[in-house]
Amino acid sequence: MIISSIGQGMLWSMLGLGIFMTYRILGFPDMTTEGSFPLGGAVCVAAITMGVNPFLATLLGVLTGMCAGLVTGLLYTKGKIPVVLAGILVMSALNSVMLFVMKSPNLSLLNLPKIQDVFLPLNLPENYDTVFIGLLAVTIVIGLMSLFFNTEFGQAYIATGDNESMAKSLGIHTERMTNVGLMLSNGLIALSGALISQHDGYADVSKGVGTIVIGLSSIIIGEVLFGELSFFQRMLATVVGSIIYQLLILLVIRLGFDTTYLKFFSAVVLSLCMLIPQFKRALHLTTGFEKYFKKDDTVMSSGKANA
Amino acid sequence: MKDETLRKSNETDAALTASESEMQDISDLKDIRLAVEHCSVRVDNGMDDTKEILTDANLAVKPGDFITVLGGNGAGKSTLFNVIAGGIRPTTGRVLMNGEDVTSTSQETRAKYIARVFQDPKMGTAPRMTVAENLLLATRRGQPRRFKMREMAANHERFYELCKGIGNGLEEHLDTPAGNLSGGQRQALSLIMATITKPDLLLLDEHTAALDPKTSKQLMAITASTINEQHLTCLMITHRLDDALKYGNRLIVLQKGQIVRDLNAEEKKKLTMSDLLEFFEDGF
Repeated sequence: MIISSIGQGMLWSMLGLGIFMTYRILGFPDMTTEGSFPLGGAVCVAAITMGVNPFLATLLGVLTGMCAGLVTGLLYTKGKIPVVLAGILVMSALNSVMLFVMKSPNLSLLNLPKIQDVFLPLNLPENYDTVFIGLLAVTIVIGLMSLFFNTEFGQAYIATGDNESMAKSLGIHTERMTNVGLMLSNGLIALSGALISQHDGYADVSKGVGTIVIGLSSIIIGEVLFGELSFFQRMLATVVGSIIYQLLILLVIRLGFDTTYLKFFSAVVLSLCMLIPQFKRALHLTTGFEKYFKKDDTVMSSGKANA
Repeated sequence: MKDETLRKSNETDAALTASESEMQDISDLKDIRLAVEHCSVRVDNGMDDTKEILTDANLAVKPGDFITVLGGNGAGKSTLFNVIAGGIRPTTGRVLMNGEDVTSTSQETRAKYIARVFQDPKMGTAPRMTVAENLLLATRRGQPRRFKMREMAANHERFYELCKGIGNGLEEHLDTPAGNLSGGQRQALSLIMATITKPDLLLLDEHTAALDPKTSKQLMAITASTINEQHLTCLMITHRLDDALKYGNRLIVLQKGQIVRDLNAEEKKKLTMSDLLEFFEDGF
């Protein structure tokens, strides 16, 4: 069970990394998440049922997620609709899009190929295929993200979120950056949705409910545990946070908590995590992990600058 | 009339030979860096009436001009800067940069020519990015940002030298997030970022106002030497009258949205502190 949770944590971590791109860099919560996550799954599963190769199907899911992000971005940057509302509009509309794609509220992958089938010849023990898929995806995604953030474009993207008026005064097209950010973010979220759907063996329209809470939880658990980190470390921390979140869920289920009320638990976990900085300030507590990472951090940041 | 005074000054003051060539440029209308022509800005104040915050502004800036801009609160100085930089589109009139009409272009497009330092140290730098990362961003001012590695290592030494020239210890903090710097260091960083690409026009918007007197003085000295060394064309808003007297070769005064005085180097030299105070008093 623990192995399964770790594997799922990695698959879910792409969701966290996607939200990281908007929430932590551009500085706003993107509600499109709740639509693009199940959309990725729906498109992927529908494509597989039509006989498309699982890898290609996953890619299709990612592409549709990016389109969803672009729509939100255009509503926000060109239409001047507040970003949270723009996200909610797209999320709501995507519900119908998914029904159109799947022709039903859910769609099963029973006896159909899935992306984790590539590990079948290895005769792995149960659940290890998820872990390997997760590891592979996380490595590729974090690798690409690190590269992206080290390009001129990526730096301009970070600057857009950090100080928009400065970015503009340096000639950075901040609207374009926001659109690209929302596309990449929702592409990642849809990737997570596609992989989770293949892991679960089905896609469901209602799978998106509460996903933004899960994604934010991964980011915030990572931050609470590790404190100040370099950029690269923060992405890893999000993955760790995502795994810890899944383990927490497992723990709660093991404790006999009624799974019907799991969303309530998720919301409580996220709220508590977001309250920790306030508690820390009030009570002068530390989580105890920071001191182990402080030294490491200075090494990393000087290394980063030389990169 | 202006030409007359110029000719007179050329005849009488033999010591001014250095600026003589510059002054001849003035007659050459093609060689104008920035032209603001009959620019007015009207804003709706929510009710039915509109308010004019800039009225028929006319300004021609030649290459190498260092113009100090004076005016009380609400005189329209910042509005004028926003019109030049592209943050506000004038209701009427046009803005020309190197003879090219840029009135309808965005701030991002104009960043190619225009660099700006703001009053608030927080405005000009990205707080979570390091000093070196901020500088690297600035080296690409107005250029497209590509999917190309950012080449930090190749620039690190150059940044170190640049920051060292400022002399406030900024070079020791190249890998520090800009948000952790002192106000003076942050503003010095903003200045380097604004001048690193030698912009066609530098706009300084009370850039020393938020600093303590000593730091402010230092930064002003650095600013002046940078402008001199790089032969930058500059407009500087200031509330420090001694700075206004000391620096620049031209001075304009705004009142109630209008440019009411435009003094050249000669006239500016004759100014005294009490003359300047009068400019302010007229407005109130």
